[in-house]
Amino acid sequence: MAVILLICSIFVFSQAAYWLGVKRARRAAGERGQAVLHSRPQYYGVLTALWCGLPALFIIFAWILFADSILTGMVMDQVAPQMGLTSTKEIDLVENDLKNLVAGHRATTDPGPLLQRAADDYRRLKAVGEKALFVVILSLMTLCTFLVWLRIRPALRARNQVEFILRAFLVLCSTLAVFITLGIVLSVLFESIRFFQMVPVTEFLFGLNWSPQMAIREDQVGSSGSFGAVPVFAGTMLISVIAMLVAAPVGLMSAIYLAEYSGKKFRATAKPLLEILAGVPTVVYGFFAALTVAPAIRSLGVSFGLTVSSESALAAGLVMGVMIIPFVLSISDDVINAVPQSLRDGSYALGATRSETVKLVVIPAALPGIVGGMLLAVSRAIGETMIVVMAAGLSANLTVNPLQAVTTVTVQIVTLLVGDQEFDSPKTLAAFALGLLLFIVTLVLNIIALYVVRRYREQYE
Amino acid sequence: MTHLHGNAPSTMEIVNRKLGRRYRAEKRFRLVGLSAILCSLLFLAVLFLSIFAKGYSAFRQSYLLLDIHFAEEAMNVNNLATADYQGLVKDALRTMFPEVTSRGDRKLLYGLASPGAAFQLQQMVAEDTSIIGTTRTVWLPADDDVDMLLKGYVDRTAAESDRRLKDVQFGWIDTLAGQGRLRLKFNATFFLAGDSREPELAGILGAAVGSLYTLAVTLFLSFPIGVAAAIYLEEFAARNRWTDIIEVNINNLAAVPSIVFGLLGLAVFLNFFGLPRSAPLVGGLVLTLMTLPTIIIASRVSLQSVPPSIREAALGVGASKMQTVFHHVLPLALPGMLTGTIIGMARALGESAPLLMIGMVAFIVDIPKGFLEPATVLPVQIYLWADSPERAFVERTSAAIIVLLAFLILMNATAVYLRNRFERRW
Repeated sequence: MAVILLICSIFVFSQAAYWLGVKRARRAAGERGQAVLHSRPQYYGVLTALWCGLPALFIIFAWILFADSILTGMVMDQVAPQMGLTSTKEIDLVENDLKNLVAGHRATTDPGPLLQRAADDYRRLKAVGEKALFVVILSLMTLCTFLVWLRIRPALRARNQVEFILRAFLVLCSTLAVFITLGIVLSVLFESIRFFQMVPVTEFLFGLNWSPQMAIREDQVGSSGSFGAVPVFAGTMLISVIAMLVAAPVGLMSAIYLAEYSGKKFRATAKPLLEILAGVPTVVYGFFAALTVAPAIRSLGVSFGLTVSSESALAAGLVMGVMIIPFVLSISDDVINAVPQSLRDGSYALGATRSETVKLVVIPAALPGIVGGMLLAVSRAIGETMIVVMAAGLSANLTVNPLQAVTTVTVQIVTLLVGDQEFDSPKTLAAFALGLLLFIVTLVLNIIALYVVRRYREQYE
Repeated sequence: MTHLHGNAPSTMEIVNRKLGRRYRAEKRFRLVGLSAILCSLLFLAVLFLSIFAKGYSAFRQSYLLLDIHFAEEAMNVNNLATADYQGLVKDALRTMFPEVTSRGDRKLLYGLASPGAAFQLQQMVAEDTSIIGTTRTVWLPADDDVDMLLKGYVDRTAAESDRRLKDVQFGWIDTLAGQGRLRLKFNATFFLAGDSREPELAGILGAAVGSLYTLAVTLFLSFPIGVAAAIYLEEFAARNRWTDIIEVNINNLAAVPSIVFGLLGLAVFLNFFGLPRSAPLVGGLVLTLMTLPTIIIASRVSLQSVPPSIREAALGVGASKMQTVFHHVLPLALPGMLTGTIIGMARALGESAPLLMIGMVAFIVDIPKGFLEPATVLPVQIYLWADSPERAFVERTSAAIIVLLAFLILMNATAVYLRNRFERRW
């Protein structure tokens, strides 16, 4: 709460600094009017306000990020020797108890007087820290405002300085995308490396047995989890292939019809309707696949005398295919429309019918773009999560029978990471290894696809 | 051209002979294309209809009309929470069916009312203590099994051991329904309550509020950052290696599977920065990373569509580059940016996979009151309910989907309206 109060006060102070700056600039201009000022008076105001607010906001941000860990460290340094803790594991446990105690939750065990005192210490330190923060920030804001206020004179290049700060903000925002990618790679990579220290890479990539359940006690049955990911990859591939078998022909034919045959009116209604399919949340598809499609396929299969699993790969794949149709459609539509009309006209002039033109001229010309679009669609299918979590199974069967249950990379990530976690068992770390693999595969597919599509576009530009 | 007599056919004849087959192929091809579109549309219709057919009944809910006697001896005025409100419901049911005497049958009889009935009575007393000692006629929620029977989802002809409701209960239910003491009324609980293990007490308000908080964080962060990034890349950045890298990065991020963002959130926000699990703040951060590429791409397209003459005119009268962008280009590009942002927000609203990773799947009864309190969101609530075994949760899941889809359609319609209203063709 104190922090929110501080942020509010920063805004109030900045507003005040703005008026001070504007006033000072007008005063500095004197009777000669604004013409002698380098910038318009507002820029002097904004400059003062920025100098007043930004350093203060920066300090508050640092406080929010680091205060807890520093305070905990200080308190623990005192407590640990007193309680005779040596191993890091014990210290971590006590630290957790301390955090719970401070937050007012009930501790797992009786805290004991020492820990109680430590918690009181923590609260006291935090209160002192917050008071200090308050004083520091208020004086910093006053000081900065005063310094800028002193510097304001007609020759001060206020606009350039404000624009410099603004531009720095713009640059920072645009580089964020790179940092996000970096963050993904690093976070997934570090946990994966820890995983591969416990489980060899070769076993993970080529092993045929996936059962990540680790025993809690030594003597439990099946205590050694095995991490051969081949069945998981096979399941992912199976479901993606089924999905593409649905999405590729339907999406491509729809795109051809919309681009080459349909009238303007039909196109104007059909295309938005088809794009609704892309806007439906995947959890809705998952629900539909699990509760409507899977039972329907099962009863259909049983009536033909087949054994169909209630979580068959077919149901998940079919519904996923429908979900991908709009992606295939819109990319194919784009590339087909990019084929120059002159090619079509040439074909018509030779007496070809429309379908012949499409098959022999348009599609070959658009092929690279279409292939790129398909690759993007495949990467969607591989990374899709909710449909398979709800409609596909958990057991890692190595099979190509679409009527059996298979599992996928995303399903395994979700099941391994949802629920209670400890970040030193191969079971949870395996999820990060799978995530790394998923990221790499989709990244490669995307890069190839984007490259192909771009090259294709350039060809006809 | 030499005219050939005899058996050798002319070119025209060869063409004409094949023409019928070629026209048929043409027609077939066209038909295949049309049927591909109709297939997708059919699926869309089936999807919506099946969800609507399953879900619309959840907007009504069975209520029992009971004469509750708030007996003074059962209440302790000093501590209203401790009274046996369950007992009041039981008393009321017993007086209506005095012929039920055996222990087992009584238990079945009490099972007609929801456990939430007692809670409702407790609230009534807490609001107005003067009703103690009086008898009031109150509509109380019925159990979900009764609800399912009233809505016609229960097969009465099935063997008694296979049913959750027994034959005696059918008799009581029919009697109550005949007296008008058991009927379907508008299900306000569904819109005003948080999650519950009892289907008749479960509502979507908790998840909706969680979604609101999460989206607020997402919007607050992703819109300014996305627009700023787009402005820099489109208006200021020089074409060099570095901007190329950024561009490729943004395009790739747009296609990274959403669950990978969840892994990032788990490893960075939860494990590294130690932010609380299940908090809308963390959910919003993760969704920000996910929607940022969408907003950046849409904003850039929107900036590109502003004609260069506007910039040249502004520069010509002495505006600085920054003034040109912020005073002239940005206002013209803003509608397009807003449209892209709304579409990005709609996608974020429907997203659930990354939120599973950061613990927003917990069972949370309370309606969240802040950005750091445990919360869940609408799509995750749907996922949780879809996993629940009770029959009554199927209709509630579908109803929650209907609500979610309504929100999405509203957002997308706003985007389309904005685009049509403010888009300028230059």
